[in-house]
Amino acid sequence: MAEKELTPKAKEEAPAKGERVRPGRVFLPAVDIFETPQALVLVADMPGVSGDKVTLDLKENLLTIHGEVTPPSEKETMLVQEYAVGDYYREFQVGELIDKNKIEATVKNGVLTLTLPKAEKAKPRRIEVKTE
Amino acid sequence: MAIFFDRDPFLELERLQRQMDRLFQDLTGREFYPRRVGVYPLVNISEDHDHIYVRAELPGVNPEDLEITMKDQQLVLRGERKIPPEEKNVNYHRRERESGFFRRVLRLPSPVDPNKVEARCKDGVLTITLTKPEEVKPRKITVKGE
Repeated sequence: MAEKELTPKAKEEAPAKGERVRPGRVFLPAVDIFETPQALVLVADMPGVSGDKVTLDLKENLLTIHGEVTPPSEKETMLVQEYAVGDYYREFQVGELIDKNKIEATVKNGVLTLTLPKAEKAKPRRIEVKTE
Repeated sequence: MAIFFDRDPFLELERLQRQMDRLFQDLTGREFYPRRVGVYPLVNISEDHDHIYVRAELPGVNPEDLEITMKDQQLVLRGERKIPPEEKNVNYHRRERESGFFRRVLRLPSPVDPNKVEARCKDGVLTITLTKPEEVKPRKITVKGE
């Protein structure tokens, strides 16, 4: 890793899908997605989200990630606001066959790591050709 | 003919952008957030009666890779965001997260007690709690009736 200086990025708002019950804004978390021979791994930046506030869902091929943020106390008066606080939501189409029972998720320092193990592919069936 | 700026042209550009943002905000009635401030990490500063809070979103930054120093009314945040190297045989589909160094110097809106500073990192959000000295705390003034 070189001496790279980080630059701030404005949060991108998640496209609205119907009306939300809870007020507030929703953002798209930045993600890294990579594939190993065994699994598909997704890493998402969700600062302010604790492990118990993450909801994950995999229905058919649609993976949804939702993280709820507890906003800071309302007793405080904002003096400088450079970033917005809100929940996180993002959807992905997963092409691979995933073994749903072995999905693992961990949250550390506001980063969600999701490991989606690939399902063992159906073994190739051998068709015997009978000869007369 | 050359055009001379009596001020930093980049600052001028930023000022112009902010004006545009404000104009846009007035038209849409939405909140205004500077789209690009320039220095990582972005901070929110708030206050209550006794404290000033400086918050920054630093997902994936270990508390031990953070260095916070304070002098007078100047707060310096310095650190590194590391992304662990991937294993072998890995194919990347998306790469949106970045690693690197950061350093930000902030000027606090009011004087603070240098001995009462607390910094906490929880779920990737850094909160620095600074205590206001007695002199700057708002005082209630009783209005006497006659």
